[in-house]
Amino acid sequence: MDLKEKLVSSFMAFENKVDVDAPLHQIRNEAIKIFEAEGFPSKKDEAWKYTSLNSILKEDYSVFPKQENALEFSEAKSYMLHEMDTYKIIFIDGKYSSHLSQTTHDGFDICLMSSALNNPKYRLVIENYFNKVAEKDGLSSLNTAFATEGAYIHIKKNKLVNKPIQIIHFSTGSEEAVMLQPRNLIVVDENSHVQIIERHQSLTDNPVLTNSVTEIFANKRAIVDYYKLQNDNENATLIDNTFVNQKQESHCFVHTFSFGGKLVRNNLHFYQNGERIDSTLNGVTIIGKKQHVDHNTLVHHIEPNCESHQDYKGIFADKSTGVFNGRVIVNKEAQKTNAFQSNNNILLSDKATINSKPQLEIFADDVKCSHGCTIGQLDESAMFYMRSRGIPEKEAKALLMYAFTNNVLESVKIPEIKSRITKIIAEKLGVNLGFDL
Amino acid sequence: MLKINNLHASVEDKAILKGINLEVKAGEVHAIMGPNGSGKSTLSSVIAGKEEYEVTEGEIFFDEENIEELSAEERAHKGIFLSFQYPVEIPGVSVTNFIKTAINETRKAKGLPDMPAKDMLKLIREKAELLEIDRKFLSRSLNQGFSGGEKKRNEIFQMAMLEPKLAILDETDSGLDIDALRIVASGVNKLKSKDNAVILITHYQRLLDYIVPDFVHVLYKGRIVKSGGKELAHELEEKGYDWIKEEVDA
Ligand SMILES: Nc1ncnc2c1ncn2[C@@H]1O[C@H](COP(=O)(O)OP(=O)(O)OP(=O)(O)O)[C@@H](O)[C@H]1O
Ligand SMILES: [Mg+2]
Repeated sequence: MDLKEKLVSSFMAFENKVDVDAPLHQIRNEAIKIFEAEGFPSKKDEAWKYTSLNSILKEDYSVFPKQENALEFSEAKSYMLHEMDTYKIIFIDGKYSSHLSQTTHDGFDICLMSSALNNPKYRLVIENYFNKVAEKDGLSSLNTAFATEGAYIHIKKNKLVNKPIQIIHFSTGSEEAVMLQPRNLIVVDENSHVQIIERHQSLTDNPVLTNSVTEIFANKRAIVDYYKLQNDNENATLIDNTFVNQKQESHCFVHTFSFGGKLVRNNLHFYQNGERIDSTLNGVTIIGKKQHVDHNTLVHHIEPNCESHQDYKGIFADKSTGVFNGRVIVNKEAQKTNAFQSNNNILLSDKATINSKPQLEIFADDVKCSHGCTIGQLDESAMFYMRSRGIPEKEAKALLMYAFTNNVLESVKIPEIKSRITKIIAEKLGVNLGFDL
Repeated sequence: MLKINNLHASVEDKAILKGINLEVKAGEVHAIMGPNGSGKSTLSSVIAGKEEYEVTEGEIFFDEENIEELSAEERAHKGIFLSFQYPVEIPGVSVTNFIKTAINETRKAKGLPDMPAKDMLKLIREKAELLEIDRKFLSRSLNQGFSGGEKKRNEIFQMAMLEPKLAILDETDSGLDIDALRIVASGVNKLKSKDNAVILITHYQRLLDYIVPDFVHVLYKGRIVKSGGKELAHELEEKGYDWIKEEVDA
């Protein structure tokens, strides 16, 4: 039985177990039908031309973790941002870990999807927002069909959340191979401000396939600052589907740092439903070996006077491969749009590849749109300059790579995250530079 | 300190240096002049260890050691410094972080611990003052958007920080206004001692009024075709290169 059949057939058992009367019953049933019809994407799909899931889908994943697993803080600590105070919503093999988490209902709800789905108190929010911005493609639908757990964050009007929120999904490797379908819902109401850090981390080399869906709603004048830290083990695959719906004058920043994993696919899609919206999508990818990272971005400018900024930097070593597909749609009504996109890449080996493809679909005439893509090697004259000042080759390379990613790092607003990422980059490059940029 | 014997070097199979002989002793200042394209920058790059250039014949000794096999950074650690004719822009790395890294890597190579942050700061302040460099300047990205003169001044600032044994200044004077030239020259003079040496590559007598050379060499078509004392520079300033070219080409 292949993975698709296995998922479809286990859906029945799953639905019965959950509750046929649950409000999501119908949504789930529709979703599984879509998945059944569409299945997993293949290279025949234009949007998946350069990313193949074939070898990954061959694993015999367990689709419902069989047992609950615990994790000591000491085992989890290094993956958490523990040097600062944060709210934490932590999952272990798809199940909530109250032991490691720190949630709240004081002024805002920072808690669990499972309780939000089952508690009538949240029914209205679920009805208004759940599955409303998520796309209805095969993978997102698969997640919707099985959605039970994840982070539920609702920041009500005029709130400044006093500390960042960490969402971490651990997998313990207690089973041979496991598939996870985390589902996060984030609703930020008028004038509110929140910072979120998301991470998926496996603790062994057992294969994990995560198909995650995150819906973010930034309502009027809300500010959402979101960081995705992707630095997973070599046998972990992440398909991250994040959909953002923005209302007028809201600002949403998503930073994606992709350093690890076997294969990572980021579908990061923004919909601007209002005027004077700002959307920022920044990314740094540094990979090697046979790793693969695919960024599929979309910014849909629907109304006038909005901006979007995309800045993706990639460094590819060994036989690693990268994909950047940045789509920008500017509707006819969306006059005075400013949409900027840049994708710059460095290939450190002649066996590394990057496929970079901007896709601008502009239907308005009074707009400023630009895109640029570069693919290059490290600048030889800069290398000689640095080495002639006593900086060894390896450190000089690292310094140049830091410098290359610097403007994205500069835009990180949480210093602890910035220094954490600087550290990971230094580790990746195997150097100790002795200062933070 | 530096001894170059019959040095031939080429890039992409094109011979550029065709038998250079040069000896520089501690405490000396040598000026190298010569028409455009004669190989002056190539010679300095070869001494500094640029891999693009292939040494096809001859050898370079630094403190009695043949440095042919040494990388650029190893040569820097031994005390060779090159002030670039065209300093490279490195966006995203500040002047301060760059020089800190250069100093600490050099110390590391010598088995020394990192320089304490306090000492580093003091040193930076001292040398910036010596070269009349504004503190704000030091937090800018290295050479990015610097004016021609600022780039050159920044090169000498780095030299002052690194205190090399042998400094090769490749056209450091071009692009400097009169005041900057004076500041840079007096900076170089202050760093000069009986234990170090300077090679000045220049097109103009002007610089040599400030930093007085012990020897002046003319490089032409990849060879040193004439050497003399400081009066040779005056003669060149007056008469140009034609008379030398004629002598050589004859
Ligand atoms: N990387 C290279 N590839 C090809 N040719 C080169 C390269 N580097 C130098 N050359 C050539 O070698 C010759 C010497 O160049 P070099 O820069 O050393 O001259 P120079 O004496 O410093 O001139 P200038 O006074 O203009 O600075 C020139 O003809 C130059 O074009
Ligand atoms: Mg030159």
